[in-house]
Amino acid sequence: MKIQKLSNNLRFSIIKMSNETKSPHLASSLSCIDIIATLYKSILKIDKNNKKSDLRDRFILSKGHAAAALYVALEYKKIITKKELKSYAQKGSLLEEHPSPKLAGVEAATGSLGHGLSIGCGIALSSKIKKKKFMTYVVMSDGECNEGSVWEAALFASAKNLNNLCAFVDYNKWQATGRSQEVLKLGSLVKKFEQFGWNVLEIDGHNHDLIYKACKVAIKEKSKPTMIIANTIKGKGISFMEDNNNWHYRIPSDEEVKLAKKELKI
Amino acid sequence: MRNEFAKIITELSIVKKDIVLLAGDIGNRLFDNFKKNNPERFYNCGVAEANMTGVASGLASSGFRPVTYTITPFNTARCFEQIRLDICYPNLPVIIVGTGSGLSYASLGATHHSMEDISILKTLPNLQIICPADKKEVREAFIKAYESNKPTYIRLGKKGEPLIHKKKPNFQIGKSIFLKKGNDVALLGVGNALSIAAKCEEELFKKKIKCDLVSFHTPKPLDKKLLTNLFKSNKLIAIIEEHGLIGGVGSSVLEWANENKFDTKNVLRFGGPDKFLTGCGNQTEARKFIGLTSKKICDRILKNLKK
Repeated sequence: MKIQKLSNNLRFSIIKMSNETKSPHLASSLSCIDIIATLYKSILKIDKNNKKSDLRDRFILSKGHAAAALYVALEYKKIITKKELKSYAQKGSLLEEHPSPKLAGVEAATGSLGHGLSIGCGIALSSKIKKKKFMTYVVMSDGECNEGSVWEAALFASAKNLNNLCAFVDYNKWQATGRSQEVLKLGSLVKKFEQFGWNVLEIDGHNHDLIYKACKVAIKEKSKPTMIIANTIKGKGISFMEDNNNWHYRIPSDEEVKLAKKELKI
Repeated sequence: MRNEFAKIITELSIVKKDIVLLAGDIGNRLFDNFKKNNPERFYNCGVAEANMTGVASGLASSGFRPVTYTITPFNTARCFEQIRLDICYPNLPVIIVGTGSGLSYASLGATHHSMEDISILKTLPNLQIICPADKKEVREAFIKAYESNKPTYIRLGKKGEPLIHKKKPNFQIGKSIFLKKGNDVALLGVGNALSIAAKCEEELFKKKIKCDLVSFHTPKPLDKKLLTNLFKSNKLIAIIEEHGLIGGVGSSVLEWANENKFDTKNVLRFGGPDKFLTGCGNQTEARKFIGLTSKKICDRILKNLKK
């Protein structure tokens, strides 16, 4: 399946899941789905038959509120079943609205922001000590960069030369209640992470080819951790959701699901 | 205690190649031997405890057995959420070591006191809490924590604590150690307060009152067998801890007794007040300041025995 088609399918699954379970954070999931789709389709070395392999690449969705985007990708890679995906946000399901470490394919409990990068540092460090070659990928949000622990981890990763760590900021310029530049003055994330000693790339976070190429640059990096500042649009792909922060919490109606389906050419 | 901790972790790390030591920019020369033996398994994480705890989580989920080490309030209260979500929720075998617990660093001021660490940490599912009483217990506690393969918090004092055990104690997590057996009173000493309990035992003995002297080293899981026996015996039970009374070991015992329908009138708790301590001097002076001395404790015990 072509990556654009895959992204559209995953987008539609996320929208349907939100509609059916009345779960929020739809726009946050749509914002990072192109990054996640590219990683799961073309970058991550993971094996559905050996889910816990020591050598698997690790992926941490540090912005855990976009869990739906992770779950549809795990289903696409057959790490979880269609039936499991159907159980999303239902009583008794491991697919909660924020990822639980009890679910196969989830590397860390995220949802409280600012945890994933540190855990990713620990995993990347473990592969250095064991001299095992795998990559650790972390996706954060721009709102998440409000958390001080992100910057503790940024210092650590660069001090310990974790070149096997590749993080993204899904930079959609929004956080829960306002523009991320206004809530706290975020400034230039590129300059900030450069100053923290990272190898920084800035890309269009919806361009699959650029996401792929940036990951390849990270894999080849010899000394520094790589930060990919991915400029994105919250609610990307659905005209009436794009850059509209109401969709941080809004649930799409049946009618809106139909409109979305049409726009995505499903 | 801290020197013994450095010694035992170094010894164990030579055979257990999965031990990784993470320090929060303290213990400058303390871990020289560890570093010499395992340069690739020691990391100074800087003054960044939240990150250090997250890093420990990532190491543990990748098969290592990390140990985080820094001053108690910074390794517990400061990074409580990382302990909760990154270690306890996924149930990862990280050992969190707090040094300078209770009033060990009394003169450094309230920022460095740790009178609520047991209280906050005992609320976390999956976490074991151990308070060794002397250096012999530190050694055993660390070995047992490693062997247990469970998230564990070890609460250390500082250095130069009085030696309580003459020989290697039979140390099991959740199983108290009897040092003396008596009749009327059971003195349960928690961690570095066991030395105060031992003094009480001597002073009461002079007054012909024979006490059980118990190292109650595991606040979680509680030693239910010991507690059942003590409550059935109708003895006066004195719990002595260098920790706040709110949520301390004494409060755990009261809750347990209530759950199990035991009468709690024979329980006496000794610990710190609901107050930040300022100008309390060094550890000995601070203990006096809050009434955590053998004299005060014995007075209250004697008063209760007369009732």
